[in-house]
Order: sequence, then C-alpha cells, then structure tokens
Amino acid sequence: MILSSLIFIPIIGMIIVMLLPKEKEDLIRYTAVGISIIPMLVSFWLTYDYFVNFSGSAAMAYMEGPFSWIPSLNVNYHLGVDGISVPMLALTGLLTTISLIASFSIKFRIKEYSAFFLLLEAGMMGVFVALDFFLFYVFWEIMLVPMYFLIGVWGGPRKEYAAIKFFLYTLFGSIFMLVAILIMYFTSDPHTLNMLELIEHGGTLSYTLQMVCFIFFFIAFAIKVPVWPFHTWLPDAHVQAPTAVSVILAAVLLKMGTYAMLRINWPMFPDALHSLSFWIALLGVIGIIYGALVSLAQKDLKKLVAYSSVSHMGYCMLALAAYSSTTAMAGVMFQMISHGLITGALFLMVGVLYDRAHTREIAAFGGLGAKLPVYTALMLMFSMAALGLPGMSGFVAEFMIFVGAFSQLNQYLVGISVLGVVLGAAYMLRMFQNVFLGEFNMAKWGHLTDINGRELLMVVPLAVLTLAVGIYPKPLTDLMSATLENLVQIMSR
Amino acid sequence: MTEHAYLIVLLPLFSFLTIVFALRWKEQVSAVFSVGMIATSLIMSIMVLIETLGHQGDYYAAAFSIVELGAFKLQLGMLIDPLTAMMLVVVTSIGTCVEIYSIGYMKDDPRFSRFFAYLSLFLFSMLGLVISDNFFMTFIFWELVGLTSYLLIGFWFEKKSAADACKKAFLTTRVGDLGFIVGLLMIMYYCGTFNYAEVFTMIGAGAVPSGIVTILAIGVFCGAVGKSAQFPLHAWLPDAMEGPTPVSAIVHSATMVAAGVYLVARTMSIFIASAEASMVVAVIGIATSLMAATIALVQVDIKRILAYSTISQLGYMIMALGLYGVDTANGHHSPGFYAGTFHLMTHAFFKSLLFMGAGSVIHAVHTNDIMEMGGLWKKMKYTAPVFLIGSLSIAGFPLTSGFFSKDEIVATTFGHPVFTVLTLLIAFMTAFYMWRLCFLTFFGEPRVAHRYEHAHESPNTMTYPLFFLAFMAIFAGWTGIPALKHGFASFVAHGEGYVPHADWVNYIVSSIVGLSGIGLAYLMYIKKSISADKIAEKFKPLYNLFWNKWYFDEIYQAAIIDPIMTFGRWMWTFDGKIIDGAVNGMATLTMWWADVKMWIDKWIIDGAVNGAGFIVRMAGSVLKYLQTGRMQFYLILSMILVIVMILLKFEIAHINIEWPSMTVIFIIAVLALSIASRFVSEDANQESENEK
Amino acid sequence: MVAYLSVAAVLFSLGLFGVLTRRNIIGILMSLELMFNAVNINLVAFNKFVWPGELTGQLFSLFIIVVAAAEAVVGLAIVLLLYRNWQDITNDNINVLKW
Repeated sequence: MILSSLIFIPIIGMIIVMLLPKEKEDLIRYTAVGISIIPMLVSFWLTYDYFVNFSGSAAMAYMEGPFSWIPSLNVNYHLGVDGISVPMLALTGLLTTISLIASFSIKFRIKEYSAFFLLLEAGMMGVFVALDFFLFYVFWEIMLVPMYFLIGVWGGPRKEYAAIKFFLYTLFGSIFMLVAILIMYFTSDPHTLNMLELIEHGGTLSYTLQMVCFIFFFIAFAIKVPVWPFHTWLPDAHVQAPTAVSVILAAVLLKMGTYAMLRINWPMFPDALHSLSFWIALLGVIGIIYGALVSLAQKDLKKLVAYSSVSHMGYCMLALAAYSSTTAMAGVMFQMISHGLITGALFLMVGVLYDRAHTREIAAFGGLGAKLPVYTALMLMFSMAALGLPGMSGFVAEFMIFVGAFSQLNQYLVGISVLGVVLGAAYMLRMFQNVFLGEFNMAKWGHLTDINGRELLMVVPLAVLTLAVGIYPKPLTDLMSATLENLVQIMSR
Repeated sequence: MTEHAYLIVLLPLFSFLTIVFALRWKEQVSAVFSVGMIATSLIMSIMVLIETLGHQGDYYAAAFSIVELGAFKLQLGMLIDPLTAMMLVVVTSIGTCVEIYSIGYMKDDPRFSRFFAYLSLFLFSMLGLVISDNFFMTFIFWELVGLTSYLLIGFWFEKKSAADACKKAFLTTRVGDLGFIVGLLMIMYYCGTFNYAEVFTMIGAGAVPSGIVTILAIGVFCGAVGKSAQFPLHAWLPDAMEGPTPVSAIVHSATMVAAGVYLVARTMSIFIASAEASMVVAVIGIATSLMAATIALVQVDIKRILAYSTISQLGYMIMALGLYGVDTANGHHSPGFYAGTFHLMTHAFFKSLLFMGAGSVIHAVHTNDIMEMGGLWKKMKYTAPVFLIGSLSIAGFPLTSGFFSKDEIVATTFGHPVFTVLTLLIAFMTAFYMWRLCFLTFFGEPRVAHRYEHAHESPNTMTYPLFFLAFMAIFAGWTGIPALKHGFASFVAHGEGYVPHADWVNYIVSSIVGLSGIGLAYLMYIKKSISADKIAEKFKPLYNLFWNKWYFDEIYQAAIIDPIMTFGRWMWTFDGKIIDGAVNGMATLTMWWADVKMWIDKWIIDGAVNGAGFIVRMAGSVLKYLQTGRMQFYLILSMILVIVMILLKFEIAHINIEWPSMTVIFIIAVLALSIASRFVSEDANQESENEK
Repeated sequence: MVAYLSVAAVLFSLGLFGVLTRRNIIGILMSLELMFNAVNINLVAFNKFVWPGELTGQLFSLFIIVVAAAEAVVGLAIVLLLYRNWQDITNDNINVLKW
C-alpha cells in the first residue's frame, strides 16, 4: 500500500488540481505544494522505517504484488524497494515539493503546470518502485509527457526545439530498451517480465545475446544519464526549461539512468558487463574531463551548471564500471544523491538570480557579494559542494568513487579522472569570481534584493542535507550497504 | 585533558557558527567571543602539551567511523603525540595573537564580524588538520584550510587583484592535491586503511613494493608542494598577500603553508622507506628555497618580500626533512627531522611577528612599497624594535630562535656538500634581503614626505601581540639549545632519541654568514658605499629574471591556463558543432528521409490506391449495364444460372467447358442480354408512352 | 410420388411463367404464392415418401406458409405505397434503380 500511495497520491492530487477553478491561482499553487508534501513525508517515513527495520538485508521490502494485470502476457503490478531505491524516493519527494515551491514564479496556466508536475512526480516515483518491466517501461514513458509540456510551454525562447529534442532523444533510447525487454521476455521460460526473475535469467543467456541486450539497455539509460556523447539534449533542455523543471530534471530524472543501470542493466548481464567495463569507465572519464572543460568555456550560468552535470554524472559512470567494488557502488549512490541535492540547489539559486536580474550571463554580473551577502554565502556553499569540498556530500561521493574505481579499474584512467577535481574547481571558481567578486556595478544592479524567505525555504533544506551527508554519511551507507553488497555479488558472478 | 583534545578543535568551530548565526551584527561582541574561544583552546593546548611532555612515547589515539562498508572505513580520529602537541600550541598561540591584533587592524571594516568568523573557521580547520590520525581526515581539513584561505585572501573581494589571487591560490593548491589524492588512493589500495599508525607499520614492514612507496610518497608530497608553495606550485603565495595582513601572518606564513611541512613530517615513515622520494623532496626544497630567496632580493613590496621569504624558509624545512629521509633510508643518523619541525615552530613565531609588524607599518603609511617608506624608526616606537627582533631571528643572529633552528638545518646538510653550500648561500641572502627591508623601512631619510607625515603608531591591540611574538621569536628557539640537552629534539624526535648534531663550528659559520648578510645590506642601504643600482645594472638579465619572479606567472599563463581555456572553448565548439551537429544531423536526415517517404507515398502507394479505384470505375462503367432496374430481368438471369448449374451438375449436356472460360462466356452472355434488354425496355417504354 | 411431384412441377412452372411475364405487380405476387405452394407440396411429398416417420417437411411447409403470408403483407404494402406515389403498379415503369 505504501508504495502505491507514493504513485497514486500525486495522481489524485493532479485530478484535484484540475478540478480547481482556473482563476484562483494561489489556491492552485498551495494545493499543489500541499499535495506534494504528502508523498514527501511518506517517502521520509519510508526511509526511516527501512533504515530501522530492513537495512540489514538485501531483500526487497514493502513488496506489493505481484498482482496480475494483463494475464495473457504475464504482466503484473509489482512494486518493491531496497536500499538503492529508498534514498531515491526520498530525494524525489523532497525535490518535487521544493520545485513546486520554486514554481511560484510561474505566471500563466498555473493549473496545467501544477497538474503536469504532479503527474511527473507519479512517474518518477513509479520508476523507482516498479519491479515489473512493463510497469517500469510505462512509468519511464509517462514522465516524458509532462516533461515535454513543462519545457515546451513554460520554457525559454527556444523551448520548442529543446522540448522536442528532449522528447525524441529519450524516446529514441526507449525503443532500444523496449527491444531489449522483448528479447528478455521471449527468451525467458515461462515468459516473464519480473525483473527479479529476469536478473537470474539474464546470466544464463549466451554471450552474444547478453551483449546485445546490455548495449540496448545501456543506450536507453545512457541517454537519460546522460553519458558522453549522448549529452547534448541536456544543456538545451536545462537552459530552456523553467527553474523548477531544471531542478527536477537534474536532481531526479538524470538519476533514473544510473538507477536503472544499477537495478537492471548491470546485474542482468554480468558477462557483458565484465567485458565492457573498461569502455564504460572510459566514457565516464571522457565525460568528467569533457564536461568540466566545456563548463570552463560557458557564458551562461545555467549552461555552466548543466555541463557540470555532465561532468558529475561522468563520475557515476566511472564508478559504475568498477562493478566489483562495494565502495564504488556506494560512491555511485552518494554521487546520485549529492548531485541531486547540489545541482538542484544550484539551479534554484540561478533561478533566484534570474528572477531578479532577468539575465543569466556570467559576464553581466560582478561583485554581487557586496550587495547580496546571504545569497552569496549560499551560492559559495553550493559551489564548494559542487567542486567536491570536504564536509559536503559531493566530496564523500567523489572520494568513494575514486577509491572504488582505483581498486578495480585501470589505474591510469582513474588518475586522469582525478584531473576533474581541479577542472571542477576551475570552472566553479571562475563563475564565482565573475559573478560575486570584483567591483559591484551599483547603477546596474543596485535594485537587486537579497534572497527572500520563500527562496530560503527551498534551498536551506538542501544545504542542510548536503552538509549532513557530507559530515556524517554513515546512516546512508548503513542504509545501503547490505543491498550494495548483494548487488556487487550478483554483478560479479 | 588529552582525551578531550577534540575540544581544542571544536571551540573555534563553535565560535564560527555563533558569529555567523547569532553575532553577525554585533561587531565587538563577535570579536571578543572568538578571541575568548581561541584563547581557551590555547590554554587547553598548553595543558595537552604539558601532559604529553609528561608521558614520553605513550601517545593518545581515538577514532570513530563516518563510513563503514565492509573493510572500507573512513574515520575521524585524533592522535596526540609530541609533534601534534607542539603544533597545537603554535597554531593556537599565533591564532590568539592574530585575532587580538585583528581587532585593531580590521577596525572600521564593514565586514568586521565576518573576518572573525572566517578566522575561527580557519583555526578550526587548521587544528583539525593537526590533530588528525589518518590520511582521510587530514585531507578533509587540508581542503578546508584551502577554502578558508580562499575566503580570507578574497576578503576584500571588490579588488580585482584579490579576487584573482584567491582563485589562483585555491586552484594551484588543488593541482597539488591531485597528487595527494592519487597518493591516498594508492595507500587505500595497497594498505587497505588510512590510519597513520597502520599504514606506517605496513610500509615499515615492507608490505608495499618499494617502487610503489616511492610513487605514493611523491604523491603525498605533491599535496605538500601545493600547500607549502614549493616549486613549481609556489606562484600563488605572493599573490595571496592581497588578503588582509593578519591573514598573511597566520594563514600564509605561520600555519597553513606550514601544513605541507607538517604533513611531510607526520608521514615521515613513508619517506624513510624510499630514499628516492626523499631525494625528490630535498631537491625540491632547496630549489624552492634558492629561487624564492633570489626573487626576494629585488622586490619592493614589503609583504611580497616576506612572502618570498616564507617560501624560502619552507623550502628549508622541506629540504631538511627530505635529507633526513635520505639519510635514514641509507642508515645514517640525521638531525633533519627535528631540524625541520624545529624550524617550523620558530619560523611560525618570527614570521608571523614580521608579517604583523609589516601590517602595523602598512597601517601607518598606507602603502606596501618600501621605496616610499624610510625613517619610520622615529614614528613607530614599538613596531620598529619588534620588527627588528624578528629580522634578527630570521637572519640567524646568534642566540635568537632562528639562529638555533637554522643551525640544525645546516647541520643536517653535512654529508651533502652541494646542499651545505646552497644552504649557507640562502642563509646569506636571507639575512641580506631582510635587512635591506629593515634599513629601507625604518632607517635613513623619509623618501616620501606625505607618507611619513601621516605615519603613526598602531593601537595597543596591535602592538601587544607583537611583544608576545617578539618574546617567542627570541626564546622559542631556546628549547633546542645544547644547554637544555636539545630539549626540543629529544621531545619531538619520533622516539628515536637524541643524536649529536650542530656543534660550535657550525654555530660560528652560520653566525658569520648571517652577520655578513646584514653587513652587506648595511653597506648598500645605509652607508651607500656600494650602489644597489650599479649592481642591478651590471647583472641586468639576472636582475630582470628575479624582478619578474623567474617569469613563472607568465609561463603558467601561456603554458597551462591559456591552453586549457582554449581547449575548453574548442571542446564547446566541438560539442555544438560535432556532437550536437550529429544529433541535429540525424534530425535533418530523418526529415529528408521523411520527404522521400512522402514522395513514395504520393506517387507509388497512393498511386496504387488510386489505380485500384480507377480499375473499379472502369469495370463499373461496363458492368453498369447489368443494372437494368427490371426485376424480371434479374429473375431470368438467376433462372438461367440455375439451369446451367443443374445442367452441369448432372452432366446432362455433356458440355466439357472449363470453369474460367465458362465464367467469361457467362459474363459476356449476361452483358449481351442486358444490353439487348435495355433496348427492349426502351422500346417497351416507348410503347407504353405511345399507349398513353 | 411422381404424381405429387408432377403437380408441384406444373404449379411451379405456372408460377414462374407468371412471375416472369406479368406486368402487374399484384399478378407477380400471386404467381409467387403459386411457386411457394409448389414447394410446399414437394416438401410434404418428400416427407411422406422418403422419411415417413418424421414431420420435418410438414413443419417446413407451415413455416413457409407463415413467411409467405408475412411476405405478401410486406409486398402488398409496398405496392400500396408505389401506387400512392406513382398511381401505377406496372413494374416496367418503376425502374428508378436503373443505372
């Protein structure tokens, strides 16, 4: 029940929002936020309860089903969570609420906007709890629809281009996934779509078939992550999307790719994984360095953060390649969570500035530190978190990734990837200097006001979590360790 | 007390948090509060030091995990040994002085409270670094001091130079951290733990291949190179002088930059295991020291001279530690370890004294250029003497701190003649440029009148800490004098006991060297019997080289920064043109393909559909004649059909016609009949009309 | 048997001839009834001589009588409507379905 409620409360909320009169904009806003708080609290409670009761074992918890859905195809309604999905659920719940609060700056068609947002939440939650391929695929695709409209209607100047690019690109990947799912379905006996059973089944496939399925799944998920060179939809989508959508996109949607790799792609095809591990790591390292270098050349704040995502997700890929190391897998999870928190917060912060200044061009600013002290302090914190300063979640993640990757992968490759640490510092500090340090242009930016209460409400929780995870990551590792160890065993079989 | 040493670290953090969240607008309160906190830390540090002096060799260690994944653990912990205890006292005492000093120095600054918050945060990080018992925790605080250094250098961020400098400092040290991280990864990989004691035991036992140890040690040393501003990553430290002077005094001379030296000392066991790595350390140290000293000879910015002097002195310490590693690895005794750490301590006192004195001077004349000063001795009754004490100490004047610690370093180099010569040369240059600075600043005639007119002595909050530091600058080194049986040495010496070292010859030689440096400066800048300009003219290329800091900034800009930025822009173009171009190209290709499909659809598929329709219409135009509208005609047709079928069925007619041709014949017959009937019916119509 | 069938055949031929040659629709309908009756005779005769124990043939002929009655009703109704519209019930002139 509890997992279903995570999916269906937003859907019910969407219906409620659609029934509200269009003119009462504030009512709609508050209703949407209010509804999204419920799944957030549920996901928090779930995390806590999981931590207390289930974190010791690797088995799926809170299983629902399998309830027969389409019997002739053996499609079931089947949900369940383990140590890698629980944190993702909490992240989704938290960031949806925060994004809805951030959406108060949306000025038209608020009803449709809120409804789409809640539908999006249902889709995201669904992906993280589904244990049936059919269900997974449905949720995976459901998300595209609201996302398409959210970018395409409420976005920036080139919104149509960005929305279509995002939609088609992701759909392109989904087709590969569908084919791979069908291969898995028809090779299993009896035909099944149950992921847990297919994980057993995948290992028995022939090498060639494993490679085909692995690569097909990989393309689908890599586009979502996005792994270099499938990343070009990301800057466009991020730059054109409204702030809240960028936040969700960066904080949750990108995580689906890595989550799905960890849940499906990696454990299902061990032989293929073992032989492709080097190339995955290589893609990861290219992503790290490349994303950082391109960030260094950016003139637009949002684009910079977007390319930094490419770099950060590169770390995830690097660690994912080190499948036999629990440390690396924990690093992946930490990087996902911390990237969700930090990049989400960075997008929020950029949005705050954009709402006031109506530009995002880095060169247009300078010396804002004098006029906006609180904003600057927060931005400094998040920039430092993004460049992997110890005491913040990003550092723990990167460190575990390096340690894990170093223990398994080509050590020269990992050595090169460490360069990303310096480049990351370079682009973040360059941005920080140009925007916040230096001479303050009173005539041009004298009217800017410091961050307000509502905006603090949305970034402070992220700041607190970033610090908490960075300073004392043990609860989170304890939550995941049993699952991860089991996963590592499956992947290295 | 020792088991509660973590409080020493946490008090400044508490101070930082309180100021940020509660005392931000109450300037004096926040200053007093943070001074109170660090003073408490100082008292506790002294207690820890005393306790540590009490039980020799019995060190305290404690840890708790923040990450546990099977065998992989990340821990925070503390290790109190003599080295730690000594550093705790150094950091907290200088920290207390600097904070008191800052109350005067930073007065009227709009971000007064924030300065104290930053200082507290820095002290927290620095103390955490000192107290750490494992590589991981060291690295955490290593980076945090980097952050606070960034914040403090960029404290006056409206100045472009400050904004540039803080970024440069952070990035340059991060480059060094690259090596550090790789070193850490190798430690984790080969030892499976970060804990100092465990790692040292394993490396000492030879559990790690020696080639690996060398790489690993050099990796760790890279971190020290960045943090301690050693060649080739030294370029950030002079620029870091853009920060407020108290910051330069504590962060960029006494403590943070010494962290590199501290790290090497702390991990000495690794270097002992690899003579090659130690040799690298020693060579880098001496090279840095020499280079920085030559640059300091010609600079005119008072803080930059001190900065290069800092780099030079740090090089000294690094070299001493490196030589210790080399000698120990080769089985010789060497005083290098405590020479390095001893100099680390004495240098911390006299260099922070010099910086704060310089700050006092700058406060008075509002310029950094020593060429615009002169004759300040008369105006600054307190600052000038203490500054001179500091200069005597760094120049190695007999019986000052610097004298004793420098002698230890010189003693370390015995057995390596090249190092000895260079060390003495550097000592000579140090004495010379420090006293050049003193003579130009405090003696002679005022060179710029209006600067001199406005000069004044600094407030008490600034001068009192100077007195304390001046005291330390003379007497801190006495902990290592022969009369005390080299107390410092036997205390800190890694449990190896006391080794005979610096002797009277040693003392006399280095005294002569130091005094001759001072003397040369006297001749050139007071007596003016030797013209500085003439020498500069004579060695023009060399002078230019030193004046431009060996062109390091330019080389880095041209060889590293510009290429990376250009490469970044290329990559961006590549991203837009090639990768995104491929994506968009796919889209264009799809659109083109769609056009092709549309043509096929229009002319072939749709053509087939239309063709089918056309055929049907043609057939219809023929077959329509069957539709006579006369019921009886249809009936006749069906009757004929029935008859034919009956005939065929019973083969009555014995007609042997095949089915297809029969169908054709049948259709033709029907058509003929219908056409015929049409005329018939028309006739009938006419008849009926006629009837009417 | 042959006698029954012969009568039926004669009756059928009369009906057929009538259907094909009458121009008055009412005549055609009457001829149709003749053909129905011929069929009925056939059914009853076959039932009597081929499967004497059963009633299928009789049953069928009863069905046909009922259907024929209904059909006659529909047919006459159409004729009535035709007459109302055209004032004519000669089938030659009612050829609106001709192409």
